[in-house]
Amino acid sequence: MSFERTQEKLKILADAAKYDVSCSSSGSKRSNTNKGLGNATGMGICHSYTEDGRCVSLLKILLTNHCIFDCAYCVTRKSNDVKRAAFKVQEVVDLTINFYRRNYIEGLFLSSGIFKSADYTMERLVAVAKKLRLEENFNGYIHLKSIPGASDELMREAGLYADRLSVNIEIPTTAGLKKLAPDKKREDFIKPMVKVKNEIIQYKAEKKIIKSTPKYAPAGQSTQMIIGASGENDFQIMQTSNHFYKNYNLKRVYYSGYVPISYDERLPQIGSAVPMLRENRLYQTDWLMRFYGFDVSEILNAQHQNLDLDIDPKLSWALRNLHQFPVDINTADKRMLARIPGLGMRSVHKILSARRFRRLNWDHLKKIGIALNRAQYFMVCDSNQFERRDLSSEKIKGLILQNSKSKYQKTLSNQLSLFA
Amino acid sequence: MKDKNLIYDGTFDGFLSAVFIVFEQKLKSVGIQNAFTIQNGLFSENETIITDEQKANRVWKGLKSKLSSTGSYQLYYTFLSEKEGIENILLDYIKYAFSKVKLVDKDFSHSSVLKVAQIAKSVGREKHRMEAFVRFRLTKDEIYFSSIEPDFNVLPLILKHFKRRYADQKWMIYDIKRKYGLFYDLEKVELIHLEFPEQFDFTKTDGNYFAEQEFKFQKLWQDYFKSTNIESRKNMQLHIRHVPKRYWKYLSEKQPD
Repeated sequence: MSFERTQEKLKILADAAKYDVSCSSSGSKRSNTNKGLGNATGMGICHSYTEDGRCVSLLKILLTNHCIFDCAYCVTRKSNDVKRAAFKVQEVVDLTINFYRRNYIEGLFLSSGIFKSADYTMERLVAVAKKLRLEENFNGYIHLKSIPGASDELMREAGLYADRLSVNIEIPTTAGLKKLAPDKKREDFIKPMVKVKNEIIQYKAEKKIIKSTPKYAPAGQSTQMIIGASGENDFQIMQTSNHFYKNYNLKRVYYSGYVPISYDERLPQIGSAVPMLRENRLYQTDWLMRFYGFDVSEILNAQHQNLDLDIDPKLSWALRNLHQFPVDINTADKRMLARIPGLGMRSVHKILSARRFRRLNWDHLKKIGIALNRAQYFMVCDSNQFERRDLSSEKIKGLILQNSKSKYQKTLSNQLSLFA
Repeated sequence: MKDKNLIYDGTFDGFLSAVFIVFEQKLKSVGIQNAFTIQNGLFSENETIITDEQKANRVWKGLKSKLSSTGSYQLYYTFLSEKEGIENILLDYIKYAFSKVKLVDKDFSHSSVLKVAQIAKSVGREKHRMEAFVRFRLTKDEIYFSSIEPDFNVLPLILKHFKRRYADQKWMIYDIKRKYGLFYDLEKVELIHLEFPEQFDFTKTDGNYFAEQEFKFQKLWQDYFKSTNIESRKNMQLHIRHVPKRYWKYLSEKQPD
């Protein structure tokens, strides 16, 4: 293969793949037992970070950016006038292996535009993964896209070689999808997702009886939604997300602030800002749901359909539920500790361990590394100093904002001045 | 100021041998110092400790029964930080551990325990960074070579990771600061010391030493790194927090064109 041609293809097909945010390379259990190349056990590694601060852990490319669909939000849509290219299967294999050997990456993330048909495309994605595993003895991480509408047989095969499979639902509501991607149907996204889910359940059950059952997508499956393209509110987005976590056993739902790439009048125009702060708040909510024991309806419901931008969702919840505070750090259970604003799960575990030795006071908590700036209004500890004033929610919020500097200060003050 | 200073040879076994002496002779006002970074106290007496593997093993075994598995690896990690005066914090930690019946390594309101946990965390972070930031370059004699300059002495900690991952290629990771490296010859990993040509520039890929295809893959990687960036989300502050500037000179993707 000519170097220049590969170089050009890589530029085009990496550029087109970058809007997929997933870069996770963790959670697989593929250890190097055959003296081959690579080892994907447990923890993932971010080998570098782009200038936008996102992790680079996988070689993230499209097999091709030729596509028969015309989804308004997508750069590779049929009607967009961009350079098109397609990799050969062997080219992707060579790039992956050579990047991996130099410790640039944890593995491959392969997606594709849809050419000819769903199955035709899926077949090629599977061919790359198969070649890497069987011919190159590669044990690194492979993330394949499930092409909407792909057949069950292909999805079955894909999971045998890939660590993770994902299909992006992109638009949080069916109505939005209809507007922006009229050729696509929700069912087409759901079909491969259901197949993968069932295969994983079956694999786990068989594995208990027969230890040598071949692995099936050991790192599970994930999906992605675009934020701010089709007018949904945070309540709708998180409900959809919750639905997918609960019903399809997803490992992750990713939220991707819409980067304007077209002059289509159904969408935010080129030049308008990427909703990065909103994206951040959605991820925080996602974490509260998955790790902090919150139910999504506690944070977002019919009364609170959007997340506050100026404070984090946990603080916002606490301010609406002041009757549950203050919490005594030395006696409260784990569930309630996790609900104190300014306490992450790491701090919670440290407190639980440390308080077995002695009662903790402000000094201990400060050294352990708790964000007392927020936490102090919601807790008491082994000290006669605590917040005695009966402060209202607004007052507490004001005090906290006064004494903190958000990394989003600039974004926030811009947004405020819009309404001034 | 301590009355007595125990001087050890800089190895972990040497340090543990010194700890053994502290307990054996019931020394109260005592400090432990590395022979290579020694600072003399005006009125203190120095005693050089001979590294004794058996004594070291006894201390280590005792510690393992007094600490959780996390606690004992934190102790080792903290030792590898090579921070000034770290031996004395560790000694305090060890004394505290031996004085209690309960496991103490989670007692984060004790100052030495918290300190050890914190330093171990930064050493752990450096270990993880090295697993991420090592960039191999293929030499003419088919060895994947990488040079690093970590803040802490993490080579012993990353050995296992690289051995498991790159089982089918010869590789070498060289710590320029500490002048030793790891070499894997497809069978085992060895500690090595190397002499480099006087003019050798670790940050350059010199055609005299490196394979021809090496340049191509570096170029492809640099291109990929640029193409995968989203310009409208640019956030250099975040970028630098994740990839601190001191590491840039050994990262292929951060080399000037």
